[in-house]
Amino acid sequence: MANTLFDKVWDSHVVRKVTDGPDVFFIDRHFIHEVTSPVAFLGLENRGNSVVYPERTFATADHNTPTINQHLPVADPLSANQLDALETNAAKHGISHWGLGDENNGIVHVVGPENGITLPGATIVCGDSHTSTHGAFGAIAFGIGTSEVEMVLSTQCIMQPKPKKMRINVNGKLGLGVTPKDVALYIIAQQTTSGATGYFVEYAGDVFKEMSMEGRMTVCNLSIEMGARGGMIAPDSKTYEYIKGRAQTPKGADWDKAMKYWETLYTDEGAEFDEEFTYEASDIEPMITYGTNPGMGMGVTNSIPTAESIEGGVETYKKSLGYMSFNEGDSMIGKEIDFVFLGSCTNGRIEDFRAFCSIVEGRQKAENVTAWLVPGSHKVVDQIKAEGLDTIITNAGFVLREPGCSACLAMNDDKIPAGKLSVSTSNRNFEGRQGPGSRTLLASPLVAAASAVSGVVTDPRTLLTA
Amino acid sequence: MAYDKFQVLTSTAYPLPTENVDTDQIIPARFLKATERVDFDINFFRDWRYNSDGTPKEDFPLNKEIYAGSKILVGGRNFGSGSSREHAAWSVYDFGLRCVISSEFADIFKNNCLNVGVLPVQVSAAFADTLFAAIMADPTTEIKVDLPNQTVTLVATGEVESFAINSYKKENMLNGFDDIDYLKNIENEISAFAETRPF
Repeated sequence: MANTLFDKVWDSHVVRKVTDGPDVFFIDRHFIHEVTSPVAFLGLENRGNSVVYPERTFATADHNTPTINQHLPVADPLSANQLDALETNAAKHGISHWGLGDENNGIVHVVGPENGITLPGATIVCGDSHTSTHGAFGAIAFGIGTSEVEMVLSTQCIMQPKPKKMRINVNGKLGLGVTPKDVALYIIAQQTTSGATGYFVEYAGDVFKEMSMEGRMTVCNLSIEMGARGGMIAPDSKTYEYIKGRAQTPKGADWDKAMKYWETLYTDEGAEFDEEFTYEASDIEPMITYGTNPGMGMGVTNSIPTAESIEGGVETYKKSLGYMSFNEGDSMIGKEIDFVFLGSCTNGRIEDFRAFCSIVEGRQKAENVTAWLVPGSHKVVDQIKAEGLDTIITNAGFVLREPGCSACLAMNDDKIPAGKLSVSTSNRNFEGRQGPGSRTLLASPLVAAASAVSGVVTDPRTLLTA
Repeated sequence: MAYDKFQVLTSTAYPLPTENVDTDQIIPARFLKATERVDFDINFFRDWRYNSDGTPKEDFPLNKEIYAGSKILVGGRNFGSGSSREHAAWSVYDFGLRCVISSEFADIFKNNCLNVGVLPVQVSAAFADTLFAAIMADPTTEIKVDLPNQTVTLVATGEVESFAINSYKKENMLNGFDDIDYLKNIENEISAFAETRPF
């Protein structure tokens, strides 16, 4: 029988099927962080359970951590308490823990792949919706709630109905200045913020074949923003090249054995999807969002659509534009901005910093812009320095901060003030996401860089040479 | 975390017709710093319920006296999108709600609700509109959610629609069971399976 990539990985992890109920689904790899795990450990202990496979769970501190002066004690007592809880729980249950200052520390969805924990054909969960990132390696990866975190700790399984299957093809060649982030924002704009609810997505076609692993991670990361539980891409030579030799990838004979399995991980000819969409790369421009969900995006040179021209409720749409202080028909180009945020599990990897630097090199940060440049991990920081990008950043008037989730969700001190407008490379433009009253424009690192040096929303193609 | 059994619930309802309500609105990230599950009702819809100076926004449905004490919330399409934070479902429960009705739920939020004892009831867009219209016309409108029979009824008119829930989750809700009870009972089967995993 012809199977999809998703079927192959899902079906091989089903311990048993519950009649008219979910599948008992085995989890190979489990990431935890300080925000969504403490109550799970409490539940585990209250029931008198223990962590059954501590070697399958990996803890890293990221959501709450400061991005300056990480060598000092964390000042916010509540954040410090959560970070302590993660460390204590990990130690008590024999779980590896990368706390603040650890050379492996960083955003969970950046450090997992960096350390070879993320592997093709694996099932990966974390109490974080952007766990879909790891699908870039041909893994089934998705976000779970805290009750499920406790399930994984105490049984290594969760109970999940199998999602429906969707394939999204993007064919052709991307134009100048069009990045993986733009591909994702384009797809989400086509699908809307809920179009893929109930589905697991496979991305296929020329554009994803050509895309780097970092780019694939950006695309899979954003799958949740159209409602999909996750997204995945079949592993290929780029995947194997990325993971080979990393700290926790299989070595020697184990690698050879794993490769035999990984080479079976593709969608068979004739396998069926519940839904399939095909888009053309040449239709995709550098993108920007204008509203309060990631589906409200458009080419950066376009004007904000009228309420009548969009699907869905007019009142919700008007409320959204009202929050943003934008009007139907407004052009985004030239809108004055206050902040730029480069970072997050979506765009906090080395390629994103290279892209940013390709525009700011030899230019200067605009005076009206406050910029926060936050690498996804210490390894990304090291790479930035090794490539001399830190000098370009400094010379252009920017400051490189220390790793963490930072202003993406503004749990630490990195909050965009009320009313201020930020061009952000992160994943959500929800009301108040980057701080109460903050206004977010989601975009690629190139759009962020072009806007950071211009002080207004800027099409990066005007600053790039082919 | 154990929760009370859910059988048949008849209650007035808070109407919140805004679409795409995300979990950052249900509970903003800055209120996720607790290490225990207590009092998540306090910051439920924090920035929609309160002005920045802490005074309540009088026109927000959750603040309106006419709906106070309702155990049901009728929400707009695509309710609970975004972050996987279970704190959103906890805040719904802690606020005293046992049921959310919408024409579409985001997957993770729906799962989280089922795991903490909040029943997500998905109805047709037309029936959701009927419920909104009835509540707007008369805030004392009662809605009956009958889990054993899988129906939701507008009490005054008798208009009724059935809703789907798999029999495993239904049994859990009816009895206040959760998945860990089930999984711990098949521990040996799981450990045998784990032996077969290549990595």
